[in-house]
Amino acid sequence: MANFYTDNPDLKQHLSHPLMKKIVELKERGYADAEKYDDAPLDFEDAMDNYDKVLEIVGDLCGEIIAANAEDVDHQGPRVENGRVIYADKTKENLEACRKAGLMGMSMPRRLGGLNFPITPYIMAADIVSRADTGFENLWGLQDCAETIYEFADEDQKQRYIPRVCEGETMSMDLTEPDAGSDLQSVMLKATQKEDGSWVLNGVKRFITNGDSDIHLVLARSEDGTKDGRGLSMFIYDKRNGGVTVRRIENKMGIKGSPTCELVYKNAPCELCGSRRMGLIKYVMALMNGARLGIAAQSVGVSEIAYREALGYAKERMQFGKAIIEFPAVYEMLAVMKAKLDASRCLLYETSRYVDLYKAYEDIEKERKLTPEEKAELKLYRKYADACTPLAKGLSSEYCNQNAYDCIQIHGGSGFMKDYACERVYRDARITSIYEGTTQLQVVAAIRHVTTGTYAALMEEYAKMEVSEKLAPVKEMLAGLVEKYQAAIAKVNEVNDPAFTDFMARRLVEMAGFIIMSYLLITDATRYNSESMTKSAIVYGNMVRAEVEKHAEFIANFCPCQLDVYKA
Amino acid sequence: MSLNIIVLAKQVPDTRNVGKDAMKEDGTINRAALPAIFNPEDLNALEQALRLKDANPGSTVTLLTMGLPRASEIIREAMFRGADGGIVLTDRVLGGADTLATSYSLAQAVKKFGNYDIILGGRQAIDGDTAQVGPQIAEKLGIPQVTYAEEILELKDGYVIVKRRLENGVETVKAPLPCVVTVTGSADACRPRNAKRVMKFKRAVSPTEKAKLTPEQQAIVDSREGLNLQEWSAAYVEADPEQIGLPGSPTKVKAIENVVFTAKESLCLEDNDEQIENLVKELIANHTIG
Repeated sequence: MANFYTDNPDLKQHLSHPLMKKIVELKERGYADAEKYDDAPLDFEDAMDNYDKVLEIVGDLCGEIIAANAEDVDHQGPRVENGRVIYADKTKENLEACRKAGLMGMSMPRRLGGLNFPITPYIMAADIVSRADTGFENLWGLQDCAETIYEFADEDQKQRYIPRVCEGETMSMDLTEPDAGSDLQSVMLKATQKEDGSWVLNGVKRFITNGDSDIHLVLARSEDGTKDGRGLSMFIYDKRNGGVTVRRIENKMGIKGSPTCELVYKNAPCELCGSRRMGLIKYVMALMNGARLGIAAQSVGVSEIAYREALGYAKERMQFGKAIIEFPAVYEMLAVMKAKLDASRCLLYETSRYVDLYKAYEDIEKERKLTPEEKAELKLYRKYADACTPLAKGLSSEYCNQNAYDCIQIHGGSGFMKDYACERVYRDARITSIYEGTTQLQVVAAIRHVTTGTYAALMEEYAKMEVSEKLAPVKEMLAGLVEKYQAAIAKVNEVNDPAFTDFMARRLVEMAGFIIMSYLLITDATRYNSESMTKSAIVYGNMVRAEVEKHAEFIANFCPCQLDVYKA
Repeated sequence: MSLNIIVLAKQVPDTRNVGKDAMKEDGTINRAALPAIFNPEDLNALEQALRLKDANPGSTVTLLTMGLPRASEIIREAMFRGADGGIVLTDRVLGGADTLATSYSLAQAVKKFGNYDIILGGRQAIDGDTAQVGPQIAEKLGIPQVTYAEEILELKDGYVIVKRRLENGVETVKAPLPCVVTVTGSADACRPRNAKRVMKFKRAVSPTEKAKLTPEQQAIVDSREGLNLQEWSAAYVEADPEQIGLPGSPTKVKAIENVVFTAKESLCLEDNDEQIENLVKELIANHTIG
């Protein structure tokens, strides 16, 4: 009886973080729902017990059904028939299990049929689902789009669409087009308003994950003659109304169970979501932030399965008369994999807590005016969430690729064969550092928090936290790395050339990310009194020192005059 | 058409995950080392019951179990998956029952329950493996029984059509209602727990459990629907003391032996009838089989 939640005690520990008390109290508004709903919690402990019990269901489904189906789904994959997507048989089984378990619309309010969970336990579920089947995490995780409807659509639209998502209807976000990938300002799909005021869509979208979903969020050009992001609006398309067909699905390297569609819109009726012209600049940005946190969770799930597969094999595989895990070359690789996994998980939940806090305040703001203190907290947590999201997405996705690579390496020749799960994990991992904004674009989003000092402020906060005696040397070492980080920023500021800043951006962002993750790991290891996290914190500290010093050296010794040498 | 559906279930030690501490020195089961679980085939039966409920809105699924007071755990488990409520038939005098006494006691409880349309249960429990209780209950109630059921294909107009999984194929039979249907492990697995139902029914308690709660907690149980589970005694179901528990159980355990296989030798047979026949004869002669 495999359970992917209960077999991983780190998850429950992360869920028990002291900030959860505040998060839950804000989310539950003083537990007022208990009067109206039998499934609403009575107090903080009751709410935490609910999260624990529901995550146990997620862990059970993942361990017993979704993980067992992953190989079949990878082999069979979805197909297109008459313009419609047919999922792999086992994908249908997975979706049905999630529906019956009531795991859709988890973060939506009760009045709309949801579980009213904060983002943190929802993200934990995503972490668990991704470990079971990374591609399926997309289909399940697109319930996140309901968040955008909840935040920006009108009440009538919320009432009509969100309960359907909670009942298990799937969603998609139709953004990318053949000529608008990373550059969404170039979106051309045309939205036309008819005389009666209703809207229709015409054009083509490409690379749409789960593009044959029940409810679509569509980014389209509503303002004739415009060319940039300010002419784009967000629309809701309901599959029941027809007008969109799937022309083809992509033959991908990984996450093969998740259909990636090319969509053709022919006078597809749709409705405006929110205000005109705000599609890209406001709504897609919000949507993407949620989606990026989702990919960070997906990446952590990949790191988890990669580590577990590698560890299991290394313990069993005998060479030269002993298990290969006995050899330093192998156990070092495993220790580093675990450290990357633990570090990215610490950052994932730190980020999700910031998101929870600012979103709860934003939601309360719809009901009443916030006090000046609350307003200040909202701003602070939103800034931290904005700063941590690209770090979590960018670095966790890179780490999960590295872990998938090492997982195959530990399997040796067997890992190159199709016989072990690691080859699927390797293929599935690859997309995480590409979609919802490549790592390079996460750097673009993160660099302003290097220059404006958000990361430095976080480091300062974390430096005040208590750590165990064992980890005190790591903390001391980190103080030195913060100085190197500051010196690198000073050098870039001194050069004062945008091209140079862009060139060094990845290094600066990585330095910030490594230091922050290392701080989080030593604090969490101390807080949860976790032996395994303490080991990871030491391993990660060693790694981070070398990495940060490498970048510091590079930046300190690099002459801006060499930039031309790098140009193609 | 709304139905009153009874699901017979048993809380059993998890004999599928037997560790080294599973047996005591004297050869009896060490219950402390084995987690108590919902008997697996009873979960298959519950799924069939819940499908009948899905197809017939307004139906109720009631779990009936005999055992220790803690058997209320499996009633909650069933409610997490979709059952409406349940009854624990629990009483010291019911202890030590064999299948005859058990089926008598449960049949009495069913009579007390009264108005029912169909009774479902697992084919057998993994602790005793007798597969006798379901059929005996049908006999005692004087109603038809369908065993080895894999799927209920149809239920209407006072009859049920059931697909049976037999050794050499399947058989489709029709039985008048009410009847007892026992379901095999090859039937579809039970649906998962549902998040909202878990959050709602985690507070469901039997009277024994409720007595241990604070007055505030008891008030919550009473203020919400469906949280009071039932506990029935032997007297409540009007059971004859001679037919229940140890007095009502003709089965007597003479001895239990803890057999440890120590033989290390192996035998290789050629692929022919003669050698296989010799082996079978040998096994019968030394009482390994037969």
